[in-house]
Amino acid sequence: MIQIRIHGRGGQGVVTAAELLALAAFRDGKEAQAFPSFGSERTGAPVTAFCRIDSQPIRSREPVYHPDVLLIQDSTLLHQVDVFAGLAQSALVLINSTRHVDALHLTDFVTQHPGVQMYSFPASDLAMKHLGRPFANIGMVAGYAVLTGEVSKASVNQAITEKFPGKIGELNVTVAAEVYDYVAANLAKV
Amino acid sequence: MKQHIEGSQAVAHAVALCRPEVMACYPISPQTHIVETLSRKVKAGEVGNCQFLNVESEFGALSVLIGASAMGARTYTATTSQGLLFMAEAVYNAAGLGLPIVMTIANRAVGAPINIWNDHSDSMSMRDAGWLQLFAEDNQEAVDLHIQAFRLAEELSCPVMVCMDGYILTHAYEVVDLPTQEQVDAYLPVFEPVQVLDPQDPVSIGAMVGPEAFAEVRYLAHNKHLRALEEIPRLSQAFQDIFQRSSGGLLKTYHTDEAETILLALGSVNGTIKDAVDDLREEGWPVGSIALRAYRPFPSHALRHVVKGAKRIIVIEKDLAVGKGGIVSSDVKMALQGVPIIVDTVIAGLGGRSIPKASVIDTVKQACLEGLEEPHFLDLNWDAINRELTRQQAQRRSGPTPENILREIGAPGASPI
Repeated sequence: MIQIRIHGRGGQGVVTAAELLALAAFRDGKEAQAFPSFGSERTGAPVTAFCRIDSQPIRSREPVYHPDVLLIQDSTLLHQVDVFAGLAQSALVLINSTRHVDALHLTDFVTQHPGVQMYSFPASDLAMKHLGRPFANIGMVAGYAVLTGEVSKASVNQAITEKFPGKIGELNVTVAAEVYDYVAANLAKV
Repeated sequence: MKQHIEGSQAVAHAVALCRPEVMACYPISPQTHIVETLSRKVKAGEVGNCQFLNVESEFGALSVLIGASAMGARTYTATTSQGLLFMAEAVYNAAGLGLPIVMTIANRAVGAPINIWNDHSDSMSMRDAGWLQLFAEDNQEAVDLHIQAFRLAEELSCPVMVCMDGYILTHAYEVVDLPTQEQVDAYLPVFEPVQVLDPQDPVSIGAMVGPEAFAEVRYLAHNKHLRALEEIPRLSQAFQDIFQRSSGGLLKTYHTDEAETILLALGSVNGTIKDAVDDLREEGWPVGSIALRAYRPFPSHALRHVVKGAKRIIVIEKDLAVGKGGIVSSDVKMALQGVPIIVDTVIAGLGGRSIPKASVIDTVKQACLEGLEEPHFLDLNWDAINRELTRQQAQRRSGPTPENILREIGAPGASPI
């Protein structure tokens, strides 16, 4: 089972990111579960969402305490919320930021956790270019897909158009396409 | 067809396929997505000749349905928490009058302190109102139980609550096999009311009944629940014949054969419990679990049958009888009177607190090795409680408890103590 935890703020589409990941995994023929952390959501407040992907039916209802994958949509949370709590030893961490991981003051963390793969890339900027709005959620989902291959690009695109029919879906698929290329071309392990 | 869908959307889909004729709803979290979706479906003409009424309150919602059901309409609503309490008088009336209304309870805590998260305090408060209460373990079952609930309600002429955990199920996206209209039509016959307000054939419904007959009428309500103990398994089997999957029934067991310790719970936590059972069995602990599907009527006989040979039952319940302890565990103890078995009460998941698998495992081990105090509170912050108790003893004007505890735990925005 792959356990994914997504951190962001209310209004950034954090819950939608978890739904898209689960839907894409389902389209790939897997079992998948997505659920939010059930806060009283307010714009700007820290929000967490969870996704589990497995080949077996998923029964657990507990939050994701030990994520294999951590998607951080808002880097201002890094030093405000314990986003790394319970992180699996060989976890993948993907951060939405224009800054390199070194510049995010995470070098010590990376040194202490040699198994963890940590990447940052400007998901908001890539979304801004096509949507005119800085939604990083599509970027995080697309970035995860292309880095791991655990969900296929085709299924991510399909999930996006199912969730957002029409023009908005098309624009978001364009964002995803740009992210696939950007991540493949630019991300190297820190 | 299998779809990856939010629990609320799936339930709304199932309810619409049951062709209710009158729905009266008042939105309240975490039920909102269900009634929003249904109102859209009715407006789009997807629910036949259904009337959807936006009412002024939960009391109004159920009162409208009492009238509509008495006129012979198939009726549906959904609520939770304070909404259920606000309709309390009508809840008793609907059952007392024997009206087969189906209502989703998106289970949520009851304030004060105000809390929008999941536990079972709301439906537990109405457990003796005369409604049948069915609990869903996952969203597939939430869908299936609604379809069974309409048939059960109408066959017995008794209202049914379908309880599903707020947020944990209502807001979870997972794979659900959505039924077709043909399947639901094959399962659910046209509603034939046993009583109907008809100007062509006038009757009165809601007579005043004095001491000379009240107990007899109440006994007949009880008798209806006794019949439900037979109808629930029968209609679950009839469901399986058409839908090709097992859903509902009085209870579901997991590795209870040969189990010395059996965990018992209602609703979605059974998923986590099964994972805990697997882990414990791998370590050699002879454990199993029971998910109660029907809480009212309480399946005492079925329970006695499946716990035969076990030494201990650990009831994990998301509610608290203040001043006593467990509600479900009291029912279990009564059902198992005379059976040599220990019944432990674990109060867990109140106000949306997560129930981690690790805590369930630790509690089982503790119960088997050392025994548990009665009741046992899972993952309680005793430090914060003891500091507050000390404060209350030290000063008369100790202030409001919820605010004090928020300060004790250093909640964001709370000033230091």
